[in-house]
Amino acid sequence: MNITEFVIISAILVGIGIYGLVVKRNFIKTLFSIEIIVNAANLNLIAFSKFNPITSSAGQITALFSIAIAAAEVAVGLALIILAYRLYNDVDVKEFRRLRG
Amino acid sequence: MTDAIFIAVSVLTVGSAILALEFKELIYGAIALAASLLGVAMFFVMLDASFVAMFQVTVYVGAVVVLVIFTIMLVRREAWLQVKDGSRKVLGAILGLSIILALGALYLQSGLSTLQTKENSISIKQLSEEMLTYYSPALIVVGLTLAGSVIGALILSKREKGEEE
Repeated sequence: MNITEFVIISAILVGIGIYGLVVKRNFIKTLFSIEIIVNAANLNLIAFSKFNPITSSAGQITALFSIAIAAAEVAVGLALIILAYRLYNDVDVKEFRRLRG
Repeated sequence: MTDAIFIAVSVLTVGSAILALEFKELIYGAIALAASLLGVAMFFVMLDASFVAMFQVTVYVGAVVVLVIFTIMLVRREAWLQVKDGSRKVLGAILGLSIILALGALYLQSGLSTLQTKENSISIKQLSEEMLTYYSPALIVVGLTLAGSVIGALILSKREKGEEE
């Protein structure tokens, strides 16, 4: 097995996530895209930690912290969805106008 | 044999990531996202990171996707279904494809494929020892961040007194 295969899968996931962020206006689908991008980054971290010439646990521990931070971010994002739905009665990000300049 | 497994897991991961974004019904989208995250966990197992794979399954499939499904259930179904895609669908597809092609070309012509796997992998014992000794300040900060974000989420979604539904 080669590291190139894993980093190419990671690049494909990043591309899908960027596509979702640009195209989708559904609030929860933008969250899905962010999750996909974070997972691509974690896959890169683990792949490079496996193929690192020096045996080190830094890559795996960074990935663990990254997963924990992503979970915290999802909790806040879902609370924002509930709040926005209560304020605007909508989940379309185009309709959230209060912060628009 | 390994290649067949690798291709199957790649198809599962990439395919369900696309499906998660393209399903109209968001419950199915959340389940497809869970399948994609499970595929990434399988990649972690292939890369000898079984503890990270276990953590991924527990946190993502066990907690995040369940939270997402609860949120989808709390909002009316019509509100989700009436959201239309933006008008920049072609632009987004071109942007995503160009990122994939650029990164892929970069990886293929770089010297990454000469990297060799080492024989001795990191054991869970070593990982947890380092986490509780060298990385313990970072662990405490992550715990505080999680607590802060949960408190923030609770405050954000709290109903104000006298606010009518």
